[in-house]
Amino acid sequence: MRPIATTRSASGTPTGRLAVWWVIASEIVIFGGLLASYIMFRLSHPEWAEYASHTNTWIGAFNTFVLLTSSLSAVLAHQAAEAGNGKKAAKLLYWTMLGGITFAVVKGFEWNMEISHGFTISSNGFWSFYYTAAGLHALHVIAGVVIMGIVAQTAKQNLELHRVELIGIYWHFVDLVWIFLFPLLYIAK
Amino acid sequence: MAEHAGEAAHGHDGHHEMSFWSKYVFSTDHKIIGMQYMFTGMAMALIGGFMAYVFRMQLAFPGEAVPGFGGVSPADYNSLITNHGTIMIFWVAMPVLIAGFGNFLIPLMIGCDDMVFPKINRLSYQIFLLSAIVLIVSFFVQGGGFGGAWTAYPPLSAKAEYSLTPLGSTLWLVAVALEFVAFLLGGINFVTTTMNSRAPGMKMYDIPMVIWMIVVASILFMASVGPLIAGAVMLFMDQNVGTGFFDPGKGGDPILWQHLFWFFGHPEVYVVLLPAMGIVADIMTVFSRKKLFAYRTVLYTVFGTGVLSFTVWAHHQFIAGVDPRMAHIFTITTLLISVPIAEMCFVYIATLYGGSIQLSTPMLWALAFLAEFLIGGVTGIFLGASGADVYFHDTYFVLAHFHYTFFPIAIIGVFAGITYWFPKMFGRHLSEFWGKVHFWGTIVAFNCIFIPLFMLGAAGQHRRIYNYNHFPDLATPELQRLRVIATSALLVMLAFQAVFLINFFYSLFKGKKAEKNPYNANTLEWTAASPPPHGNWAELPRVYRGPYEYSHPDRDTDYWPQNEPN
Repeated sequence: MRPIATTRSASGTPTGRLAVWWVIASEIVIFGGLLASYIMFRLSHPEWAEYASHTNTWIGAFNTFVLLTSSLSAVLAHQAAEAGNGKKAAKLLYWTMLGGITFAVVKGFEWNMEISHGFTISSNGFWSFYYTAAGLHALHVIAGVVIMGIVAQTAKQNLELHRVELIGIYWHFVDLVWIFLFPLLYIAK
Repeated sequence: MAEHAGEAAHGHDGHHEMSFWSKYVFSTDHKIIGMQYMFTGMAMALIGGFMAYVFRMQLAFPGEAVPGFGGVSPADYNSLITNHGTIMIFWVAMPVLIAGFGNFLIPLMIGCDDMVFPKINRLSYQIFLLSAIVLIVSFFVQGGGFGGAWTAYPPLSAKAEYSLTPLGSTLWLVAVALEFVAFLLGGINFVTTTMNSRAPGMKMYDIPMVIWMIVVASILFMASVGPLIAGAVMLFMDQNVGTGFFDPGKGGDPILWQHLFWFFGHPEVYVVLLPAMGIVADIMTVFSRKKLFAYRTVLYTVFGTGVLSFTVWAHHQFIAGVDPRMAHIFTITTLLISVPIAEMCFVYIATLYGGSIQLSTPMLWALAFLAEFLIGGVTGIFLGASGADVYFHDTYFVLAHFHYTFFPIAIIGVFAGITYWFPKMFGRHLSEFWGKVHFWGTIVAFNCIFIPLFMLGAAGQHRRIYNYNHFPDLATPELQRLRVIATSALLVMLAFQAVFLINFFYSLFKGKKAEKNPYNANTLEWTAASPPPHGNWAELPRVYRGPYEYSHPDRDTDYWPQNEPN
């Protein structure tokens, strides 16, 4: 038995979507605080450009491509859910999950390589930010994949189809954070 | 139509038997969760109050064993003052004012049966409870609880070789971070519920002021806590992984923490102030039988205060080496933010003007809030001006100023709210006589604690010092006498809290039964039974007007409930 409160929509926006936007708003300030600190350091430490030159832009670019592409199937999943086709939505969500998993695996190899070259989280300020910011983002990718799996399970049975849109919004946000991280950590050298 | 059919069906199956565990411990009912927050907050207040007792005794009678605690070592002292501050802000003011009242009041005052995410609401409390347990555990680990002050400035907080509390600092940080997660979940719930689940007919300007204030406070919290969460992650890494975000030796900067902390820390003042202001607004209208003066202006002022509160944080850092030109800017913004707050105080006084004032216990607390908070606000002007702050910084003047703002918020505001809504929460009345005894005992003693501390601060007494006998300038008999006065007044004030606790628990079981609307108030919660059942109303109310239509000239009665068609 659901409370009446959950069925009302005085603002005109569905409650779930509204809540996801508020989640994203609070996430923006978390990443915002971290990246603002990083940018302030970069501006006052020109030598960090030299540290940054050891990052592998090609791997970063590949991951950017994977992550952005995975958003496409999230959008298509939303479309399928709107049309009431839960099975198709679930299938498309699996593609997005595959993108997320690929991203995380590639990231794992990349870090492994960097650590073996001696660039660890405690090497210097740049690498501390590099691992912390990308690590926090990677946690969001992994959380997104897990939640997406749960959403796909229910969507397959044509239940709670509105959730497909909600996880999609979140996934776009995760993309967007990476679009800030990629130039800041890889391209700016 | 579909909605109404659903609401009618709901009324019939709303009452079913539940076990003790599902009713009180794992409940998703907003009222129970509100009480859980409130009782946990009250328990934490007892711990925080006990800590104040121990370190005040050490300051008044240095080196002597404190009854109930024993000898106070320097490490104990540091841990006590740190955790007193942490507990009173994060585990008393926040849970009681925002989560406690917010959970209890939001659905009842906007006319719906629960929060929009009842399970997330329950999860929020469970994370909060976990955070409280982690904090308490941190007192008993090896090295003792964290003692680097509630602001946790590095390097003291980042390096175990300085703080000497390797585990205590990390557990403290984890507890605070968990607490933030709990309030983010709760805040999203509050904001979404108020946006989407209002009773049919309730427009933006029909929302009671206390609900507006809790919602704005939740948004402020959400918008300001992010950088500190990022900072907490960095500090955690500095403590445990060996990064150097705040370590100049590794290219970091300890001042960065101060920016991240105070970017949150100053809006946080308004996060807890606003709900208290809202509680006071609602009480003042009811007990002066007057419409709230300038409802919309108050609302716009609140929004303005919220925006301004993000531009003042560096006034905490005037002596931390910030550029003096920057200090000027922050002086100006800090002085500016006193304008909207002063305006709100005037608006409240205008609300009282010409009303038929009834000095009930909640009203006394509400009036005291205004009077005491004004002292806190006025002394803040000295500290916001960078020139004066260079002298006052880190003295007891700051400490007394801070307590003149937070005590009205977290203690006076909370007592106002509890004494006002007690009949609705528990269906019984508190004793008015003992309520007034408690009020006068607390208020008089409170001023006797902190006025001496203002004087000590102006005389140059620094904060966070274990034993002033080691400082010949500060070990004079005159100053020591002021310390003893403050400590004695604290003992009196703590003793008077026993009056409240006895009154509270006696009335909980034996108090006079309360009817639905004992104060002839307008807002929706007074149209539900006292205490409201699961689901709050058999049939959810409709709203026809604003919440403050008292003493309307066209009516025989001096109130006009929001849900009456005409």
